[in-house]
Amino acid sequence: MVRLDGVGLRYGSGPFVLQDLNFALPPGSFRWLLGASGAGKTSLLRLLTLAVRPSTGQLNVLGVQVETAKRRDLPPLRRQIGMVFQDFRLLPHLSAFDNVALPLRLAGRPEGQVRADVAEMLRWVGLFKRENARPAELSGGEQQRVAIARAVIGRPALLLADEPTGNLDDRQAERLMQLLAELNRLGTTIVVATHNAGLVRRHPGKALHLEEGRLHQLQAEDLV
Amino acid sequence: MAPIRPTLRPRGSDDLGLRRALSDRLLPLLVMAMIFLAALALAGAIAAAGLARHWQGGAAALLTVQVPEPDLPASPGQLRADAVAAVLRGTVGVATHRLGADEFAAILRPWLGDDAGHLALDLPAVFEVQCRDGVEPPGLPARLTQAAPGTIVEHNGLWFGRLAVLARSLQASAALALLVVALVATAVVAVATRAGLAARRDAIEIVHGLGATDRLIARNFAGRVTKLVFAGALLGLALAVPLLLGLATLTAPFHVGGLAIGSAAGILQSLPPLLWGLLPALPVAAAAIGWVTAQATVRSWLAGLP
Repeated sequence: MVRLDGVGLRYGSGPFVLQDLNFALPPGSFRWLLGASGAGKTSLLRLLTLAVRPSTGQLNVLGVQVETAKRRDLPPLRRQIGMVFQDFRLLPHLSAFDNVALPLRLAGRPEGQVRADVAEMLRWVGLFKRENARPAELSGGEQQRVAIARAVIGRPALLLADEPTGNLDDRQAERLMQLLAELNRLGTTIVVATHNAGLVRRHPGKALHLEEGRLHQLQAEDLV
Repeated sequence: MAPIRPTLRPRGSDDLGLRRALSDRLLPLLVMAMIFLAALALAGAIAAAGLARHWQGGAAALLTVQVPEPDLPASPGQLRADAVAAVLRGTVGVATHRLGADEFAAILRPWLGDDAGHLALDLPAVFEVQCRDGVEPPGLPARLTQAAPGTIVEHNGLWFGRLAVLARSLQASAALALLVVALVATAVVAVATRAGLAARRDAIEIVHGLGATDRLIARNFAGRVTKLVFAGALLGLALAVPLLLGLATLTAPFHVGGLAIGSAAGILQSLPPLLWGLLPALPVAAAAIGWVTAQATVRSWLAGLP
């Protein structure tokens, strides 16, 4: 599913922000991604979403060897990966509905199916009545829910989330964790980066712990 | 089963927010100005080509012989014009044509108007003389002057040749101007597209991260750019055509045979058919330049993304 062998990452000629990463994520697995600010969590997520290629080592994502793959082979791979960004990264000129519909339309789904699926997803995240609102008209929590809906609507094989509960209240955060658990049961591999110790305590599981760009694998409950 | 074609929103939607990134004002205005210039350059090239053909054809005549006071006797029983015509007829290797009244009138019409043929002017007899292989028979001017003193022999070939070279130079300059306009248009589209890419960098990176292909993103940009360029080109053409028709109307009296400019059809016919055929191609060519340049610019920019 996902395998890193000796992976390192540096931006340009700067210092390595990730070094000698070796781990595998089996299909349908769940991992917390923990670490202090600046430890390299976001860089690792960028690697796994194919926003950057590794500077050293070998990275295999969903069967594709990323460091040697041709550019034209990456878009279909990206469509199998869902990502919830810390800053949401919604398209400001599109409505909530159209933002959520993006992955389905990029996958070439028929418009009728897109409308039905997006409506259902917006209903699930409690934004059905806000489907025509643009991001600027939504609160931080609502924007986060749109971002989550966009990340999961395509039933991705790999779902990555960077502080997905940062703008959600406890009730919404729990609903999100239920959704992630459901997707996980259906076979989606999930990595969630968070600083929320309470969330990790309530949902214990395996964790990847980054310190200064190096990785330690351990049980999350060992950390809290 | 039809192949799946990834898209963003349904056709016609502004998926990447390009309406704000690629303004519908500056680019069309620049293209309008360039197409205006291109239409003038194209008209200049075609007009220069026509002149070159006309003057090159005229060069074959080589000699123009003018006989002043043609109706006075050169010798008992023979007028001066007839004496010169007899010499020309008796010369081996030349073909002669004496201009008639209608041809005189056509030549003088630009300066003297439609009544040129009825004016009481003491006009010379004029002969166009074509020499075989362009070689003037030895001693011909002397024999003509002897037959009718005061006869003037003009060697047109040299001047027509020079004018033909000038016309060809004008034609080349006009073609060069067209090329420069095309290059500037390409540069303008590339700069506008780059500005649009910079303005929409975040949106592009988001859809790229969601799995949009280079082809899809480039198609969105190229579609918007092509629409703006085509609109600007149509405006430029709409400005240029009346001006060209006006210029053609002014030069119509100089055309051999003249044109009936008084009617609308006459005004339209004042432009060469070739120009009418090529003018509509300008917006199409501009749109093609816009499409190709935008595609190349966007794809080159996207190549910087992983």
